[in-house]
Amino acid sequence: MKLIHTDALIIGGGLAGQRAAIGMRRRGLHPLILSLVPAKRSHSVAAQGGMQASLGNCAKGEGDSEDVHFEDTVRGSDWGCDQIVARMFAHMAPKAAREMAAWGVPWSRVRSGEHRVVINGQPVTLLEREAAHGLITARDFGGTRKWRTCHTSDGTGHALLYAVSDRVIAESIPVHDRKEALALIHDGRRCHGAVVRDLVSGELAAYLAGATVIATGGYGRIYGVSTNALINEGMGAALALETGVARLGNMEAVQFHPTAIVPAGILVTEGCRGDGGLLKDVDGYRFMPDYEPDKKELASRDVVSRRMAEHMRRGKGVRSPYGEHLWLDITGLGAEHIDKNLREVKDICQYFLGIDPAREYIPVRPTQHYSMGGVRTDHSGQSPWLAGLFSCGEAACWDMHGFNRLGGNSLAETLVAGMLVGESVADYCASAEAEAGCATALAREFLEREQAELAAIARGRGNEAAVALRRRMETVMTDSVGLFRNGPALAAAVDELADLLRRSRHLAMRCQRLDANPELVQAYRLPRMLKVALTVALGALQRTESRGAHFREDFPARDDRHWLNRTLASWRPGDALPTLDYEVLDVMHMELPPGFRGYGVRNIVEHPLTALRQAEVDELREARLDRHALQSQLMAFKQYLPKRYRGRNARLDEPLP
Amino acid sequence: MALDPGLRRGDGDNEYSRPMVMNRALSFQVFRHNPRDPADAPRTQEYSLDETPGMTLFIALTRIREEQDPSLNFDFVCRAGVCGSCAMVINSRPGLACRTLTAGLPESIHLFPLPGFELIGDLSVNTGKWMRAMSERLRAWLHFEAEPDVDALEAPMPPELAEQVYELDRCTECGCCVAGCGTAQMRADFVGAVGMNKIARFRLDPRDVRGDADFYEVVGDDSGVFGCMSLLGCHDLCPKRLPLQTQIAYLRRSMARQGLW
Repeated sequence: MKLIHTDALIIGGGLAGQRAAIGMRRRGLHPLILSLVPAKRSHSVAAQGGMQASLGNCAKGEGDSEDVHFEDTVRGSDWGCDQIVARMFAHMAPKAAREMAAWGVPWSRVRSGEHRVVINGQPVTLLEREAAHGLITARDFGGTRKWRTCHTSDGTGHALLYAVSDRVIAESIPVHDRKEALALIHDGRRCHGAVVRDLVSGELAAYLAGATVIATGGYGRIYGVSTNALINEGMGAALALETGVARLGNMEAVQFHPTAIVPAGILVTEGCRGDGGLLKDVDGYRFMPDYEPDKKELASRDVVSRRMAEHMRRGKGVRSPYGEHLWLDITGLGAEHIDKNLREVKDICQYFLGIDPAREYIPVRPTQHYSMGGVRTDHSGQSPWLAGLFSCGEAACWDMHGFNRLGGNSLAETLVAGMLVGESVADYCASAEAEAGCATALAREFLEREQAELAAIARGRGNEAAVALRRRMETVMTDSVGLFRNGPALAAAVDELADLLRRSRHLAMRCQRLDANPELVQAYRLPRMLKVALTVALGALQRTESRGAHFREDFPARDDRHWLNRTLASWRPGDALPTLDYEVLDVMHMELPPGFRGYGVRNIVEHPLTALRQAEVDELREARLDRHALQSQLMAFKQYLPKRYRGRNARLDEPLP
Repeated sequence: MALDPGLRRGDGDNEYSRPMVMNRALSFQVFRHNPRDPADAPRTQEYSLDETPGMTLFIALTRIREEQDPSLNFDFVCRAGVCGSCAMVINSRPGLACRTLTAGLPESIHLFPLPGFELIGDLSVNTGKWMRAMSERLRAWLHFEAEPDVDALEAPMPPELAEQVYELDRCTECGCCVAGCGTAQMRADFVGAVGMNKIARFRLDPRDVRGDADFYEVVGDDSGVFGCMSLLGCHDLCPKRLPLQTQIAYLRRSMARQGLW
């Protein structure tokens, strides 16, 4: 048996995993990163528009702070998030942006003086302060009250991933790429690493680790059309689920982005609308102000996506051979702005649509984009049910996004979570618990089990076609577990997915090779994807309310009385379906008690304690404390942060003492 | 001189050509080889597909794998032209397969793996291993003076300079420049345009504390900037249209000056 020992095994080489590894290295650990692909090809690279951090440098960002960012994030989540985590995040995001500036990210910068922008379809002149010249600038994004999205043109994910990957190389952290974790090695209480398959040679190895971190991104590819990279198949969630012990959180919380191009499903950034782009219908009419007169195109993503679908249902979509779509119009921004700030969008339009977005409309429609759900962890990033198992980034549910993520909060989260979870893992590895026991015999047991299973799959004497089952799964998820959901369709979806799962164990294989063999990879991933899909569908079926991106046509109200909670999913060995239970979100500890997001018509079943908590909060606010003192009275959070990250953030308007 | 600047650069065949309904029968000649199997001889295999509107090589290869040959190896990740995974030789030209429309190609399409990289199988090559080794050798990361105080305001940077750095930072390490490089075909240790561009990028960045003497140490020889024969296939083929021609020229001049000191 090939055995590899490491202090910490990080599964996933995107921004979150790599940033976590760097933190561990700096604490004296020797971490090791596993990646399906070369780390710089991870899906983080595709993030375009930017990351939110309340630096408050640019004119439209003045007055921004952690407080505003926190409130935007909680409202965006439709009160489904963990407010402590949202606080930790808003506090850390400026530090992450500044660290990246020092590590070499060529952030777009403030240029002092007057400049022309487009707001609400109209040209506006803004004046930037002299003092801000050369500091990191920001653009507008949906669901935010300030311009807070720091960016490098529209290649922010690329710039960040390259800076972080380069540091991984600089600090000699090994990346074992083209490797896939097949199973976590665990004894039901503690995780000891993973069984790993080399995607080139096919060889299996056991990686034994003090701590194991799942940083594998989202599960978008269980849907037929997704903006996600092809590698985002939910294998991290499946790894945790298949332990039978670790649990997943809020898997039914799946985001649909308003503007993916038709038919390829490739994202064009929210920055298009942030920079002044408009949504138009078949008549060339700008329809969003009719639905959301306040935020218009820049409402929260879940809201804009539903409004677009609603408008198409009214017959206002543009018919095409690939189904109906709407138009994204950025012609008003001008060629110069597009060439400088939206160049990836321009490339995508050119290569995949054959159009010049400075002159023509872009065909778009809502498309699966982000997984709010994931491996459930505590504030430190550790699974409460399996010691030594951590998770961060999109793969995790720690849970800062609740039922809808704000644009620009995912890139920021990858770095923030990486910074914090890197520290947690280092703390854990220094503990007595982490040192306990070498699990070689356990590793052999797990490796031999995976080996036998792979051999059985490769023999493939069944009669089912993996491609056909997968297409059916994607169709079921898109049709029945998508933007609009209802009980009967969800119940049918759960039944069919369970049937597909049974059938996926009887695949016919044409190529029996055990080394680089894409057919084998598809065959062993398919049942895992179906299990993940079932957690999403069953979670959506049972949640009889509408919250954020989870919209039930048969239960349109947000029901705080019954559903102010987080769904937990586990999968007991041998079961045909996941087991769901729920953990309560405690209203009495919320800094921002549940309220109305301000979209559409107010439709909320109030929680019985909301008014009480609101009165407490109002009373504290009347005491006129400074904002830091008030915040710590409302909901203290700094004790959850490593000491090195507890300092206040300097701003031009708020210099450090 | 670079040929046809601005017109044929990158996958220029697609420039503003609308995806057309052609209903052609396409014939794909695809390189096949499993280097781990001593009995497997390199060969090409033919596949036929009916062209569909807007078909890219990503769509075509995925269909071939799903409908005709599940064992075919190739690498797509983002399928949006940003991750650099899917570079291959398309009718004799290195390019990104995911964003190459079949409409811009003749009916007979020949696909080969990128030369200059270790073959994993069929159209899949190990660019990641090559790029990491190059980065380690060139020390291709920002060398900063000290870890930042993340609580304090960031150091300002002129907006124009940030834009210039980003221009060079846009490299996706796809390997097209190496595959299209005359020197790289002759010298296995040549750092390629990707390596020289990285040095140019860090040299331009005032946050990097290194000077030309340091850069000379890593690219001041025939495996670096003096090995370049100025054929500039790299410049013609770069999918991101990086200004490789001027950057290599500037770097060579600076390194020559450094070498003469």
